[in-house]
Amino acid sequence: MGISEILFWILAALTLFSAVMVISSKNPVFSVLWLIFTFFTISAHYILLNAQFLAIVNIIVYAGAIMVLFLFVLMLMNLGKESEPKKNRWLKLAGAVAGGSLLLVMVAALRHTENQMTELVTGDIGLIKNLGKVLFTEFVVPFEISSILFLSAMVGAVVLGKRDKPVENLITPAVAADEVAVVSIENRDV
Amino acid sequence: MALFVIGIVGVLTRRNAIIIFMCIELMLNAVNLLLVAFSKMNNLANAANNPSAGSDGQLFVFFIMVVAAAEVAVGLSIIVMLYRNTHSVDVNFLNRLKH
Repeated sequence: MGISEILFWILAALTLFSAVMVISSKNPVFSVLWLIFTFFTISAHYILLNAQFLAIVNIIVYAGAIMVLFLFVLMLMNLGKESEPKKNRWLKLAGAVAGGSLLLVMVAALRHTENQMTELVTGDIGLIKNLGKVLFTEFVVPFEISSILFLSAMVGAVVLGKRDKPVENLITPAVAADEVAVVSIENRDV
Repeated sequence: MALFVIGIVGVLTRRNAIIIFMCIELMLNAVNLLLVAFSKMNNLANAANNPSAGSDGQLFVFFIMVVAAAEVAVGLSIIVMLYRNTHSVDVNFLNRLKH
């Protein structure tokens, strides 16, 4: 067992532990912080697979952009521990049992694959030079389409986040569903 | 794989919409990691004579990350709108949408 394999098992254990902490911590802010830790360990996994470009992109996109977005929304809403809705204990148990049986099925499906370990630190596919060549020759059309997707997502986020003047006055939880309908109709006119 | 299951369990057991969203991100990341690992495993044999074999998997992961970033932006703005309208992030409020 080489040093990289030991490193892999330690990283896997850390990732699983922090992922469990994400879904089990009561405060949403702690949950986000554990999620950032999970993303860093996943980036370490990418480095271990010698996919350095993906590791850097993972850190920049997830730990940088997406997590800042999550934390910003969380701070904006000012959620505390008391606002966490309680859920039925049996429902939690049912969710855990369903997830556990799914894990059982997936492990059973992959148990008889070739007993061949992935080589950990070899290969130069994941370097930026090789990936960039393929990205801008074979995959150039999806690349451009993804930029259009980003543009549409930006426009969609701005339209959704825009505050409508008449909706602002009649905020009560009882008529919330009607308000959602009103907002969607008004946005369609815009 | 276990990471994916943890994400599913999180979606099933929590009612806070933001936590559910984070679990979706967790599932996406688990799939990305498995995609990279399996593409590397699949192309282990012909990696010697064709150096660019197996870069498809990593590029797919790159595009998944692009889509995930766009999805997070739209989803979080939906959550902000929901919170503004109901003053809660409990997804059970959305039950009313079916009436």
